[in-house]
Amino acid sequence: MDPGSAAGSGGTFLSLSDSEQRCYSGLYALCQPDSLGNPAAGKVADLFRASQLPAETLHQVTEVCGAKRLGFFGCGQLYVALKLMAAAQAGLPVRLESITGELPLPVFVGITNELEMRYANHPSANESQPHILGSGPGSAPRPPADRPVPRHPDTSMDKQEAWSPPRSPGVSPPRSPSAYRNYPYAAQRNGTDTLLAYDGKVPSRPSVPQENSSPSHYSLKPQPEPPVITRAGSVERLVERAEADYSDDPWRITEEQREYYTIQFRSLQPDLSALIVGTVAKNFFTKSKLPIPELSHIWELSDVDKDGALTFPEFCTAFHLIVARKNGFLLPETLPATLRPGFVEPGVVTAPPSEATQPLIVFDDNMRPGANQLEMCSSGLQMTSRPGVTAKQDTRDESRKPEFSPKRIPDLHEKPIQRVSTLKPDSPQELDANMKSRTRPRSYSSTSIDDAMKKVEEPPTPPPRPQKTHSRASSLDLNKLFQQSSQGGKSVWLPPPPALPPRPPAAQIFSFMPGSEKSSQKAVHQPNFADFSKFSEEETIVTAALSTEDLAPKSDSTVVQQGHAPQKPVRRKLHPESLSATPPLTTPYSAATMTKPTQRPPPKQKREIQMAIRKNRETNAVLTRLNSELQQQLKVVHRERVTLESQLELLRPVAST
Amino acid sequence: MAVCIAVIAKENYPLYIRSVPTQGELKFHYTVHTSLDVVEEKISGVGKALADQRELYLGLLYPTEDYKVYGYVTNSKVKFVIVVDSSNASLRDNEIRSMFRKLHNSFTDVMCNPFYNPGDPIQSKSVFFCAHTLSIFYVTIH
Repeated sequence: MDPGSAAGSGGTFLSLSDSEQRCYSGLYALCQPDSLGNPAAGKVADLFRASQLPAETLHQVTEVCGAKRLGFFGCGQLYVALKLMAAAQAGLPVRLESITGELPLPVFVGITNELEMRYANHPSANESQPHILGSGPGSAPRPPADRPVPRHPDTSMDKQEAWSPPRSPGVSPPRSPSAYRNYPYAAQRNGTDTLLAYDGKVPSRPSVPQENSSPSHYSLKPQPEPPVITRAGSVERLVERAEADYSDDPWRITEEQREYYTIQFRSLQPDLSALIVGTVAKNFFTKSKLPIPELSHIWELSDVDKDGALTFPEFCTAFHLIVARKNGFLLPETLPATLRPGFVEPGVVTAPPSEATQPLIVFDDNMRPGANQLEMCSSGLQMTSRPGVTAKQDTRDESRKPEFSPKRIPDLHEKPIQRVSTLKPDSPQELDANMKSRTRPRSYSSTSIDDAMKKVEEPPTPPPRPQKTHSRASSLDLNKLFQQSSQGGKSVWLPPPPALPPRPPAAQIFSFMPGSEKSSQKAVHQPNFADFSKFSEEETIVTAALSTEDLAPKSDSTVVQQGHAPQKPVRRKLHPESLSATPPLTTPYSAATMTKPTQRPPPKQKREIQMAIRKNRETNAVLTRLNSELQQQLKVVHRERVTLESQLELLRPVAST
Repeated sequence: MAVCIAVIAKENYPLYIRSVPTQGELKFHYTVHTSLDVVEEKISGVGKALADQRELYLGLLYPTEDYKVYGYVTNSKVKFVIVVDSSNASLRDNEIRSMFRKLHNSFTDVMCNPFYNPGDPIQSKSVFFCAHTLSIFYVTIH
């Protein structure tokens, strides 16, 4: 890295002392220069922010160093900018003339070492987050976090304690670590934390040596050694490279980012091929806390088909633009080619995405709050930065797989919106609720079945027979349903239907079946017959039917059967009684049916069978309808329950505080 | 050549006014404002008939010695007014219609943006809208 030449490339002659060269080289390496030698804009933005200069000054610096002209920070521009910032911090006006001389090294607050971030400094990272959040959005594009360049000699090791969680500078290979840092990989919140909250993090003003000390800090830690080494190597490589391909294009979406976007998309709209309507997307993107005009601009850029809704590629584009904006990139006037929906990105996973990943992290903070809402609530609903972020991260890390690192503190007001995005975190709870709700009726039915079983004193009926399904009473049906569901995996146990319309055919069938005893088969096939008069005798009949298990198709049993059958519609209305009665009825009925077929007289067989089939079909239709209605009711109730539970959770910490 | 383009909301306040000669804007603002009366007169007259039969393009609202004013109203009572320099006599009606069509399309694109609240002035941040309006200004310069 040749500061002189770099400065020269910036169009300004910079004379840098050795210490300045070292410092700037370190900072340059921190900025994760890409193959082109251009520092990552996000890192540059962080660097700017860390300099703690007023925004106006930073704007001036950006202009003077030529980055505004160029549209990005080249190596030379960065050096000029660093020198200008040093000048500004020294109190000199931001002019090229001021930087011709020797100046004290610029001081960057909170320049963190990514490696350090990876581990231990989570608390500080968490702390810094709130600060970051406050300062993030409004700040001018600032240099990204300075990454301590490991290979730079550090002069003042003693300043290391002022470190905020280090941010991985991420030259190309290390970029992935930084990228991962950004993502919710548990340990790497720090990266995003540092991204977010540069300013607030380190109160003290670390001098330049601090950055240099970060490498030493790095070296102190055993873990970062390997990445440090790689980073050093890559930094050197990049530094020496004059120009390279724009692999560090901030307008490219990396694979990791795409995965993240996919997850976010799914949280809003489970179908990846469907659209996210405008209002939903608006609420979602508003959480990023970007100003509305900028969001409007981003929308205009990304909604290429101008339909007021976002397809998945458009959503990725919009998300990416927001991420970039949060990291300090100015929004382009037109959509970059790489962000067009039709653009196929050849999976850039290496260094280039550093900025992208960084923004991603920042944005994730914004977007993630919804996901972490539940955890947040459970952790005390700390909407303020610090504890919320911590809790969020913790919970998030625990709960989520592809978590993204530090998120912004979710807004309490965003709760309802976050409901959408919290669908995923909600789902586990929902599932639990569902399971509970489902099991509850199960247990209920099982108990009734047990009772019935005890009464019947015989094993449950064999796999559902057609005749059994159309068993008369709804409760009887439910029991059968339960059996079927247990066999067929039906998940919903509907309580006995509150009010079912009386089965019309019952009356007809009743007339048709005058309860002739001879038609054992009739009894078998016409369970719908409603012999209301026999309902009261059901209990006795049940016990009597038990005895008819084995073959003898006694007329009593047939009558009983018929009696059972006709009582079916009645049973629907008389749930409590029928519930207990139906299982016994079912079993004897099935037993009877088993015996009956063998004794059916052939001539009537067909007619009986047909009648029975018809009745069964009708019964099935009715029950299906009933089932669907009840399931819908169940869904509604579930939804209400979920909402109430979430409200309760939200209220709970409030009540506790 | 269009010298002024204005988008007026249903309540007759301007959402967007842009003039090409940026000096003398006030004159065009005044012109647009007074042309609203003519627009109202035209749409109220046709309003009695079936609304969907009403022509969106209102045509020449009134000519002055310096310029002509054309009007266009959408179904949501948002009015577009274009002031055209009279010196450019070769502007045909079709061209004016096409200008209005472009304007309408750009306006619907702005409307589709969920971050835009209907009734808000169309910010210059709505880049595409401004770009399209500027193209309307200059496309007619042959």
